[in-house]
Amino acid sequence: MADSLWIIGVAMTKFMRYKDRDLIDLGTEAATAALSDAGLTIFDADILAAGCLFDTGGVGQRLQKQIGQTGIPVYNVTNACATGATAFRVAAMAIKAGEASIGLAVGLEQMGKRGLLGAQPAGKDRPYQPSGRYGAVGPVEGVLGTSLMPGTFAQAGMEYAYQHDGVGFEQFARVAEKNHAHSTLNPLAQYQKAFSLEDVMTAEMIAYPNTLLMCCPTGDGAAAAVLCSGERLKSMPDIVRRRAVKVSASVMTSDPYVDGGAVQFDVNTLTRQAADKAYEQAGVGPGDLDLVELHDCFATAELCHYDNLRLCPEGGAGEFIDRRGPWRDGQIPVNVSGGLLSKGHPLGATGIANIYEVSTHLRGEAGDRQIEGAKVGLTHVIGLGSACAVHILEKSAA
Amino acid sequence: MSAPGTPARGKPAPAAQAKPVPEPTPDTQPFWDGCARGELRLQRCRDCGKPYFYPRPICPECGSADVEWFPASGRATLYSYVINHRPARGFEGDGPYAIAVVQLAEGPRMMTNVVGIPNTPEDLILDMELQVTFEQRGDISVPLFGPAGAAR
Ligand SMILES: [Zn+2]
Repeated sequence: MADSLWIIGVAMTKFMRYKDRDLIDLGTEAATAALSDAGLTIFDADILAAGCLFDTGGVGQRLQKQIGQTGIPVYNVTNACATGATAFRVAAMAIKAGEASIGLAVGLEQMGKRGLLGAQPAGKDRPYQPSGRYGAVGPVEGVLGTSLMPGTFAQAGMEYAYQHDGVGFEQFARVAEKNHAHSTLNPLAQYQKAFSLEDVMTAEMIAYPNTLLMCCPTGDGAAAAVLCSGERLKSMPDIVRRRAVKVSASVMTSDPYVDGGAVQFDVNTLTRQAADKAYEQAGVGPGDLDLVELHDCFATAELCHYDNLRLCPEGGAGEFIDRRGPWRDGQIPVNVSGGLLSKGHPLGATGIANIYEVSTHLRGEAGDRQIEGAKVGLTHVIGLGSACAVHILEKSAA
Repeated sequence: MSAPGTPARGKPAPAAQAKPVPEPTPDTQPFWDGCARGELRLQRCRDCGKPYFYPRPICPECGSADVEWFPASGRATLYSYVINHRPARGFEGDGPYAIAVVQLAEGPRMMTNVVGIPNTPEDLILDMELQVTFEQRGDISVPLFGPAGAAR
């Protein structure tokens, strides 16, 4: 079993809507950039894990046809919005198990302009016909809860606001104001435009309290990471060892049973459990974090996750954003990349793109948006259904 | 192999434009640009020297990303083929026709059609010398192979 786990190469494409490049083009760019970042080629990798949600047709093997067919095992994974993080963990587990010493994980997605995920196309209404396990009684969407993304996360936010003082529309809007402002420093972000709090609050209402500017866009992109065992790292050149990022915790959770979970997603419980386990695994606490990239698919989600990830005292997420705690010059910078809200959210790429962001800061290579002296960072993704991944990363001591 | 040369069913031959036209991608654009100029281009690794086809950004021999395009000779030999009696869409007027694998002089193999001779087992002789020729389909020039030395 590997004694420790390291990231030695990491890369992402710009997130945007690509007209002239396809899914495999994007995956190829990210994978080759991550390999050359590590000073390696595909011939050095013992395993390839590919994460893509919407295209499940052997994406990893198609990627190999461009980056090199070396005969290594390929794992194609899908796990909702945690798809990229799941691919990362497949490579991580192979190294931890001692089956591989170097692994390549790629997350890639081409969504284009896709609209509200989970929504039915207009004009598709047909008489209801009972069928199957979930439709045996009657249609539930919009009757017993909603699985549309904006609705789900709006509900989670309103529940938090109801339970805690000092949380309302304005606090949620401030999250979006922050992330759009942060994105102006990130050239890889899909949007790099700042909006005033008033802009955010007066934008088109999608699902109260989330306006259009409080919902992440759809788009295309890819991200990749090269993972390495501690043993193998020892024989790597100095430059690789100096830039290596330690994976101190790698945790995945799914939904534990909660009342109401059968009709409405619970985005909190599994996140809290993943975070607690990750802090324990890494032997660090929230107070040690220099930056966090968390899953702000909607502004309401980010506010809830301040609390779920223990970045603020219990119930204190409203006060945390009000005193600018998660701003890049605040107590714990959150989503300095611009987050999903502005950097974008090509689903399969997201769970590795956030690892790219934190790793780049830990290496001191984040340019204009560098968080000075960053030594410890946390990444978080959640996919509905549900799957949650938390990683804690640390700067190399070498 | 039996019953070579079974006649195609009596469908009217559609216009040549009905054949599917490839769409260049960032990786394949230099290849199609070459075809448009009557030049068959391959890629070659600058580290290990390996010539390869289809287009991709990484050397399949050594993994190097230091690769370049170069014009191939266009010479090839017939490596293998299958005679297709169920024409693909757009190829109805051509059937039966051979889907051939040719061995390029530079090393890589390529799938193509053989033109300029009957596509029968009697006329398609393995290892026969071939030369690239190009057929215009819409905006794209498609490489095909005919007998070497034949007037084109
Ligand atoms: Zn080579």
